[in-house]
Amino acid sequence: MTYTLWILITGCLVGLTCGITGSILVLRKMAMIADAISHTVLLGIVGAFFVTQSLNGLPMLIGAAVVGLLTAFFVETLHRSGVQSDAAIGVVFTSLFALGVVLIAFIGDQVHLDVQHALMGEIAFVPWNTLQIGGESYGPIAVWMLGGVLVLNTLFIAIFYKEIKISTFDPQYAILIGVPVVFIHYLLMAMVSLSTVASFDSVGAILVVAMLIVPGATAYLLTDKFFSVIWMSGAIGILSALIGYGAAVSFNVSIAGSMASATGLLFLLAFLFSPKHGLVFKRQRMTST
Amino acid sequence: MQAINVTNLTVSYDRNPVLENVSFTIPNGSITGIIGPNGAGKSTLIKSILRLIPSNSGEVEVYGKPYGQQKQLIGYVPQRSEVDWDFPTNALDVVLMGRYRHIGMFKRAGKAEVAWAKECLKKVGMQDYAQRQISQLSGGQQQRVFLARALAQDAMVYFMDEPFSGVDAATERAIIELMKKWKQEGKTVIVVHHDLQTAEDYFDHILLLNKQTIDFGETKKVFTLENLEKAYGGKIAFLQRTPSTAKEPTAHGSLSYQPE
Repeated sequence: MTYTLWILITGCLVGLTCGITGSILVLRKMAMIADAISHTVLLGIVGAFFVTQSLNGLPMLIGAAVVGLLTAFFVETLHRSGVQSDAAIGVVFTSLFALGVVLIAFIGDQVHLDVQHALMGEIAFVPWNTLQIGGESYGPIAVWMLGGVLVLNTLFIAIFYKEIKISTFDPQYAILIGVPVVFIHYLLMAMVSLSTVASFDSVGAILVVAMLIVPGATAYLLTDKFFSVIWMSGAIGILSALIGYGAAVSFNVSIAGSMASATGLLFLLAFLFSPKHGLVFKRQRMTST
Repeated sequence: MQAINVTNLTVSYDRNPVLENVSFTIPNGSITGIIGPNGAGKSTLIKSILRLIPSNSGEVEVYGKPYGQQKQLIGYVPQRSEVDWDFPTNALDVVLMGRYRHIGMFKRAGKAEVAWAKECLKKVGMQDYAQRQISQLSGGQQQRVFLARALAQDAMVYFMDEPFSGVDAATERAIIELMKKWKQEGKTVIVVHHDLQTAEDYFDHILLLNKQTIDFGETKKVFTLENLEKAYGGKIAFLQRTPSTAKEPTAHGSLSYQPE
């Protein structure tokens, strides 16, 4: 398969995986936790490297999931003991991320992992880092990781659809009727961590936040149905990846950067022209009545 | 038969007691109002009974068995302000949430469940709004959607948190009718309420609360000037309501609370 196609597939998988998971975060008013987790997974990746001495897919996913859950847990614990929730997020994510940055220095030149790469990612390198089994190449590792995480996320949403919906809309009622609200919360945090680390190589810690949050925020402006918010977020993620890649090639700029910019552009369009909640149509309705 | 039996319930936030040793027993098939000033712990009381917030000590029994075993008998109508009405969903979907426990985990709502939910919307006069986005409903309509959800749940004991606050007259009537219907069916209704003027008309029993139980029992017995002064701590302007003046709007405001 050609180099370009692999990049496109990777980009679309990032958009789809992050889009559907992130949309639930947006509805739960937890967009900032995505920012936190996307940074702290660096510690998970570094930790996994110390344990296994390599940057293999699976240990990295596990490390990221563990640190992602810890992040959510610490934020929750601090908040419960009286720290403002946004301050709690700020404290936890900077500390854990800083620890990751310090520890990364000890890895040294053994593998290609540095702060620059962790923050920005480089999707252009993805096609060369392939899965090798018995001398055969089976396509980029990033695609396998993203595909696996996409399957997990889709299963999570499909199995717990009702439970996610009610624990987001009315958590107290959810507890009353026996929905495992805390379990759903941490499962979602794990899904966000996995999505982040799978997208890490391609778009990095900063831009993955755009892929997680912006499609969900955009879909929220376009529809009034929970299910539609989820699938539209995935679709917007894919569209952003495609537009972003096209723009990057034409203007010869960073692919990940222009993918994230595309999410912003689509959001702006929805913000202005959404038939339901767009600024333009709201104005029109106000003047016509 | 006793529907709810609460013994020595104590709740505190950061070591400040919010409820102290609250005990009471609510008979089956009655409508009870929980009345008290702001900060008396009315909402805290029902939330700690329902285990939505932790309590330091105390026991709750439902029909003679521990709460944990009887959870499926409990219905709850939270305060309207406690949920996000901008959530992308419609009225019918919210009512269907009342059926989630019956549907069970991992399963989708079937045709029978949807038909049931629609029937419940109809009972509160909201059948025309089934597909309406919830943010586009008025406050009273949102409250009626919550009532329909409680109906759909088909519980034995209903807890309602300030259902009458900020609703229109039609919704107020709908709530009262529903409470009476539940009572006739032998169900028990417990309502957090802050409006003293209407308390006498709505409830058979009143729990007068201000961090502790001031008094509990039949409305006539509990709703006295002495008790109200004890609960509210301040001065209560109390004018005897007579049948001739009771229906006039001015007379309706005869009972008022002036904080010190």
